[in-house]
Formats: sequence, C-alpha cells, structure tokens
Amino acid sequence: MKKLLLSAILVFGLVTNANAESGKTHIEDFDFSFEGPFGKFDQYQLQRGLQVYTEVCSACHGLRQVAFRTLGDEGGPHLDPETVKAYAAENFEVYDAEKDEDRAAIPSDKFPESGLENAPDLSLMAKARAGFHGPNGLGINQIIKGMGGPEYIASVLTGYTGKEKEQAGTTFYENTAFPGGWIAMSPPLSDELVEFADGHSNDVHHIAEDVSAFLMWTAEPKMMARQRVGLISVGMLILLGVLLYFTNKKLWRDIKRKT
Amino acid sequence: MAGIPHDHYKPKTGMQKWFHERLPIASLIYDTLTIPTPKNLNWMWIWGIVLTFCLALQIITGIILVMHYTPHVDLAFDSVEHIMRDVNGGWAFRYLHANGASLFFIAVYAHIFRGLFYGSYKAPREITWILGMLIYLMMMATGFLGYVLPWGQMSFWGATVITGLFGAIPGVGGILQEWLLGGPAVDNATLNRFFSLHYLLPFVIVGLVALHIWAFHTTGNNNPTGVEVRRKSKAEAQKDTVPFWPYYVIKDLFALVMILIVFMAIVGFMPNYLGHPDNYIPANPLATPAHIVPEWYYLPFYAILRAITFDVLFLDAKFLGVLAMFGSIAVMALAPWTDTSPVRSGRYRPTFKIAFWVLGFDFMLLMWCGAQPAEGLVPLVSLIGAIYWFAYFLIILPVLGWTEKTLPVPETIEADFDAHYPPKPSTVK
Repeated sequence: MKKLLLSAILVFGLVTNANAESGKTHIEDFDFSFEGPFGKFDQYQLQRGLQVYTEVCSACHGLRQVAFRTLGDEGGPHLDPETVKAYAAENFEVYDAEKDEDRAAIPSDKFPESGLENAPDLSLMAKARAGFHGPNGLGINQIIKGMGGPEYIASVLTGYTGKEKEQAGTTFYENTAFPGGWIAMSPPLSDELVEFADGHSNDVHHIAEDVSAFLMWTAEPKMMARQRVGLISVGMLILLGVLLYFTNKKLWRDIKRKT
Repeated sequence: MAGIPHDHYKPKTGMQKWFHERLPIASLIYDTLTIPTPKNLNWMWIWGIVLTFCLALQIITGIILVMHYTPHVDLAFDSVEHIMRDVNGGWAFRYLHANGASLFFIAVYAHIFRGLFYGSYKAPREITWILGMLIYLMMMATGFLGYVLPWGQMSFWGATVITGLFGAIPGVGGILQEWLLGGPAVDNATLNRFFSLHYLLPFVIVGLVALHIWAFHTTGNNNPTGVEVRRKSKAEAQKDTVPFWPYYVIKDLFALVMILIVFMAIVGFMPNYLGHPDNYIPANPLATPAHIVPEWYYLPFYAILRAITFDVLFLDAKFLGVLAMFGSIAVMALAPWTDTSPVRSGRYRPTFKIAFWVLGFDFMLLMWCGAQPAEGLVPLVSLIGAIYWFAYFLIILPVLGWTEKTLPVPETIEADFDAHYPPKPSTVK
C-alpha cells in the first residue's frame, strides 16, 4: 500500500507544464482570499475588480464568455439585479442582430469582445496562464502554490520596469513577469487611477490584485460551489471509508483467524 | 464457466426454473459474483474495480456532456464554456470527466505493472493479457480523441502532431494522414470524426472489458504467489479461495473509496492541475504554442517517439520514432512469450525484481523526459530509457528465465496464506 501511494504521488509529481519558461520571469505569490480548500472569493474585492476592468481594461480587452447577469450570482460580485441592469446599460453597447443596430446592453447579454485586435480576451486569462512551475518539471510548486493564473496577471500588471524599446514600429515595455521580458501593452495602471467607493487602497499593487481576483472569477465563476462540493464529498467519502474499513475488517476476521 | 469448481446457481421456485430455462441470466450473475477468488490477493488487486468504476464514470459524465457540447470549430470552445458556466452542475461533469481520464490511466498503469510483476500475463492468461493491451490501446485512442474536442490550443496542436505521426509512414503516410483528418489539415471534418469516434470507442472498450473478465474468470485470477488454485475438487479449491462476494467486493470498495477521496480533492480543489493552461486558449491554426505536450499519460511513449533523432539506412528518424512508440507497446503484448521463466510471480525471482523496479523507474524517467523540451540531455536520456524498455521485454525476460536462480515457491495458496495468518493452535487438527 505504501509503495502504491508513493508511486501515485510520483505520477502526480511528474506532471508538468510544458510552457515552463526559463526561470527568468518573476511571479509574485499574491495572497488571494480564494486560495486553498477553504478559500472564498471576497465579494467586495470582485466588485472593485469589476470597477477596474470597466474603467481601465475594457477599453481594449473583452470578456466574451461572461454574461452580465452572472455579476448578480452568489459566489461572484453578487450585485443586486437592479445594479446589474444599470451597470450593463450604462457601460456597454452591444450589437443586436434582430434590429441590426447597436443598443444598450441588458443583463442577458455578454460582455463585448476585445475592441483592440491584438488585445486578448480576458474571460479565461486566469486559467490560460500558469504563474508557477516546477521545480525541474516536477509539478510540486503547482500543488503548494496553485497554478498561479491570477498571480501571473497581477505580476504582469505590477512588473513594469519603466524601460521601453521600439521594434518594427511597435513600442515594447520591459516587464519582469511577461515571458521574453518585453510586452506590447503599455503600463495600464498607475497609483490612484481608480477611486474605490469603499475607500480601499488604490495604489498599483492593490488595483492589480483586485482586478486579478475579478479575472479569476470570470475564468472560474463556479469556484466557490466547486470547493464546497470538494469539501462535502471528501468528508462523506472519508466517513464511508471508515465504515467500509471496519466492515472489511470484520468480514475477513474469520478468514484471517483473528478472532 | 469452466475452471475452479464451485457452487452454481440453482433455481428454487417454479418461476425461477421457468425463467432459467429460457434465459439463464440469474445464473450468469450468480456465478460471476460468487466466483472463487484466491484468498491471498494483496492491495494491488484492487485496480480492476477502480478501472470498471472509471469506465462507468467516463461514460455517464460523457453522455451528459454531449447533451450540451457542439462539435464545430466555431462553436466547440464556447460550448465547453457554456457547460462550465450555464449548465446546471456542468462544471462538475466536465471536471469529473477530464480528471476521470487521469484516474483511469493511473489505475491502468498500476494494473499493468501489477500484471508485469506477478507474471499475470503467463500461460494460461495470455488472452486476458492481450485483451488488456487492446483495451489500453483503445483507452489511449479515446483519450487523445477526447482531448481534441474542447478545441483549445493544445487540442488543435496535439491533433496536428499526433496525426502527423501517421504522415511519417513511408509511401502511404500522406494519404493516410489526409484520410484520418478528412482534409489536408486539422479542421472541422477532423473535429467531427474525432467526436464520433470518441463516443464510439468507449463502447468498444466495454465489449473488450467483458471479454477480459470472461477470460480471467475462465482461467481464474492470478495471485501474489503465482501458484494456481487447486481445482481437483470443490473442497480443495475452497481451501485456496474465498467467494468474490462479499470478501473482495467489500475490500475493493474500501480501496475505491480511498482513491476517490484523493480524486474528489483534485476535482474540488485543483481540477486544472493535470491539464494544460494553453487549452483555455481557443484553437488558433496561425499561432503555434511554445511547447506542444501531450497529456501526462502519453508522456513515456511520447519520449520514446522523440528518442530517435537519427536516420537508419533509408528510414528517417521520424518514422523510426513512430515505430519505436508503437513497438514499445507491442513488445509489452509479447511478454507472455518472451518471458521464459517457469516461476510466475516476481516475489520468488530476486534478479527479476531488480530488473522490474528499474523498468518502473525507467517509465517514470521517460514520463519526465516526455514533458521536457527536447534539448540538452533529454534526447539522450530518452534514448537510454527507450533502449532499456525494449531490452527488458526482448532480452532480460527471456535470458533471466534461463539463468535466474529462483527462490522456493509455496506449495499452495493455502500454505502461503497460513504463513501470513497462522492457524490458531485450537483449530489445528
């Protein structure tokens, strides 16, 4: 049994991420509220993140997988229905194929796609990037720290060094978290760029953290439900396992002459 | 069912007799569940139940996923996100299905290496072994086809690379590859046929599994001693065996639950750990990912594929790699005939034991190599690993059979069992 467990751990440990870049990039291990089996999204952090997305990111980046109505879901920003309705109508226009015209967005619409051609859609960004790898392709860091998707986003947002270079007519900005070290996105955040209604700190570090948490939610909106199911099923299975252990022991007692 | 003598189903009431004469299904179920099973099976004999569970899990979750999935290049990726976001419990079904594939492969590798160690492949169980190898091949195919369906970057490029392997076959390769893809490149036709086959093959596996079980129920299970159950009389057989129900049903269920605790922890807390982040980027034929890597369960064979980096005579390296990859599974299927040792179980074969554990390490090493970019020492290490893999089946197994000095094997299963669980003085006659 021990050997079996050991080999199982080894098999898991060997799983790696192929895009393990050379260790040159720096990913800061942000301390998010939703980490670990008991982690939860902070509803107010998600609301602040939504505000950052709306006021800053949405200028170029889309969220095409996310429906406005889900902003009201439990386990998410959990806005009340009226706020969702007003938010959609005030901030976004969508193309209505039936009327063949643009109109104000309603809750059943999805966020628009990216407005800028080379700006990737952000719906799944927090799952499509892995901040943590290794060591040596052994996949142990991912078990301990998590996949590091939101950490990657926050690290890119805070990783600008201030250096620029021009290449083939495009300006690139040096970034300590971006693979290759140079990114085409100009530094999107600055201190006090966003004013939070709840008076939360609005330096670059905090804004980046909030919007990354929000993007983790857009990538995995059912995370809270998932972790709850994980806890309940692991708990129930342990209980069932204990019962089966004693059943099995009693069953074999005579065969193994342990009476 | 032939084999070990045991009690058979006897219809009691008139109704049962009437039914039994027309369709003896109760007899089949009874005989299958009460089959005499060696009483000394250890914890490595639990994987069969785990595998059966996985097959059922994959089929049930898969059937539900199909209800919401759309096999079209423009819609597939979004339909998976629709499952994750809008379908009730959709995220659970998808994560169970994706991680269920990993559990399936962990279990099948444990099951195969169990068979390799205890000589389960040897006569009279060659057919069981061959059927098992076919099931394993079908699983590999099904897993690959399924991974293409979400139509992410790794789906698309994985499909491109793997179908490219067939293109490496001299002469007919190009035609074969185009025929597989349904066109010159991976596209909608490919996605549609992969979807169709991904739905078909699991049912082929179900059929093969039924044959697999039928075959080993005919020969009887192997066991850690490798000594056959005595079958001259029922009384004698009963000294070596216990009925499958309830003894092994309960034991296996306990083991299954232990494994499911880990499985549900992964599904609940780190469902994307075994996946690849790039597959959350929609497929883009114009952007190749930095490293194209198959799922973890293919990595050892992927490493063997990439291990051949040199041409031999008129055969180019790529084709040789393909041959090596398929050959590495073919030599495993040949084990019943290349292993010449009269002793079945590795427990009584000291030198074999070393060779076996080196093979286990070799498998892990190849898995690691398969995940690394093919640069530096990786190709060389892969080549050494691949050579050992072939040498184990083609040289070590036959030679050890002739030269190895084996340890004494217990007379009977009962004797081995009694050595572990000595009879109480009062019960000794």
